[in-house]
Amino acid sequence: MAVYLFYFLVFPGLLFAAVTGGFLSWFDRKITARVQFRKGPPLLQPFYDFFKLLLVKETILPKQGSPVVFLMAPVFAVFGATMAGVFILLPLFNITTGFRGDLLVIFYLLTIPSFSYVLGAVASGNPLASVGASREMKLILSYELTFFLVIAGIIVKASQNFDLYSIIQLQKDGAPFLGSISGILLFIAGIFCIQAKLGLVPFDMAEAETELSEGSFIEYSGPPYALIKLTKYIMLLILPCFLVALLMKGFNLRGINILWAFLKVAGVVLLLTLIRNTNPRIKIRQAISFFMIWMNLIAIAAIVLAFFGL
Amino acid sequence: MDESYCNCCYCSCIFWLITVKTVGFKSFCFKKSLWVFHFGGASCNNCDIEILDCLTPRYDLERFGILLVGSVRHADVLLVNGSINRRDKERLLEIYNQAAKPVLVVAIGACGCTGGIFAEGNTFAGPVDKIIPVDAYIPGCPPKPEAIIAGIMALVKSK
Repeated sequence: MAVYLFYFLVFPGLLFAAVTGGFLSWFDRKITARVQFRKGPPLLQPFYDFFKLLLVKETILPKQGSPVVFLMAPVFAVFGATMAGVFILLPLFNITTGFRGDLLVIFYLLTIPSFSYVLGAVASGNPLASVGASREMKLILSYELTFFLVIAGIIVKASQNFDLYSIIQLQKDGAPFLGSISGILLFIAGIFCIQAKLGLVPFDMAEAETELSEGSFIEYSGPPYALIKLTKYIMLLILPCFLVALLMKGFNLRGINILWAFLKVAGVVLLLTLIRNTNPRIKIRQAISFFMIWMNLIAIAAIVLAFFGL
Repeated sequence: MDESYCNCCYCSCIFWLITVKTVGFKSFCFKKSLWVFHFGGASCNNCDIEILDCLTPRYDLERFGILLVGSVRHADVLLVNGSINRRDKERLLEIYNQAAKPVLVVAIGACGCTGGIFAEGNTFAGPVDKIIPVDAYIPGCPPKPEAIIAGIMALVKSK
C-alpha cells in the first residue's frame, strides 16, 4: 500500500511529474521566445506562476453556476493527469505495473483532464467559457478517434500486446517502431493528437486568448487556476513520454543513456513547440475535418501497413 | 531584475536564496510573475501602442515573468490608460471589482495620471486615482516603453 502511495504522490507520480513538467514548460516558453528573437523567462518561471496562484491570489466563485463543480473540476484534472502519468511512467522506468491492458486505461485516463476543463467551464456560468467548453468538446470528439487509431496501430505492430511494459520490451529486443513506414505515419498522427490534447496553438480555439479571453478558464483565479496550470505541466511531460514509450523504445536508464532518454522527450517537446510557433489558430470546423479526414486516413493507412509488417 | 543580475542557472539559484530569505516566499513569487491586464479608457491609442511595444521582441517583458492575460480574473496588475470619462468609470470599477486580489493598479500616460488636456472636459470623470487606488503613475504623452518598464520595475521593488 505504502509503495503505491509513493508511486502516486512522489515518484513517478505527482511530485516528479509536476517538477519535470514545470521545467519542460519553461523549455517550451524559452524556445518560443528564441523563435521570436526574445530573451525569454527565467528557469523557475513556471514555479513562480504556480506558487503565486496557489499562495497569493484569492479565489473568486461564480455567482451563477455551480461552485462545487467549479472547484472540483481542477482537482479531477490533476487526479486524471497524475494517474495517467503513473501508468505511463512506471513501465518507462522499468517497473512493471503487473496488469495487461493498461494501454486502454491510459487512453481513458488521458481524457479526464480535457473533460474536467469542459465541466469547470460549464459550471462557471460564463458565456465565453461555455463557447470555449463547446469547442473543447468538439475537439475531444474529433481527436479521440485518431488517438485511438494510433494506439490500435501500435497494438497491431506489437503483435496484439495490450501492455505498455511488453510493448517497450518488444522494441528494446528489436527495432523501435519509429523505424518503419507505418511507425512514421503513426508518429505524425500522434504528434497532432498530442498538440490538440495539450491545447497548443493550431488547436487552442477552446482557450483562444484574443478571441474568447482564455475561454474555458476565464473565471478561474487563485488556487483552482494553479491546479489547472499544474495539470498542464504534468500533461506536457506525460504525453511526449507516452509517444516515446509507444514508438521510440522507451528509456534506457544505464549510464549515459539517461541523457539520451532526456533528449528524446525534449525533442518531442521541441517539435510540439515549433509546430505551435509556426502556425496560426485554426477554426474548430477546420480542426474537425483535419482530424476526421486527414489524420484518420493516415492512421488507418498506418494500421494497414503495420498489418502487412511494413 | 538588477542590471548586474545574470539569468543563468547558478546565479538564479543564488539570487533566489538571497531574495527568499529577505522578502519571504509569497511576495517573491508574486513579484516574479506579474500578469498584466490592459484597460484602455477613452484613449487616443498612443499609450496602447506603447504598452504593446513592451511585449515585442525589442523590450520583451516576459524575461521578468510579465505576461499579458486575456481575463481580468488572472491579472495581478491592471494597466489603465486614457482619460476616464463618465461611461468608462462604471466599466473601470466593474473590472477592478472582478479582479482577484491582491491586484496592483498602474496609471499610464498623462490622461491616466492627471487627466492631461481633458482634465477640464465636460465628460471627464476624474483621473484614475479618484476612482480606484493607484499604486504607480507613469506619466508621458505617450510614455516610452522604457519608462513603462522602469515604472513597473520600481513598483515591483517597492512592494
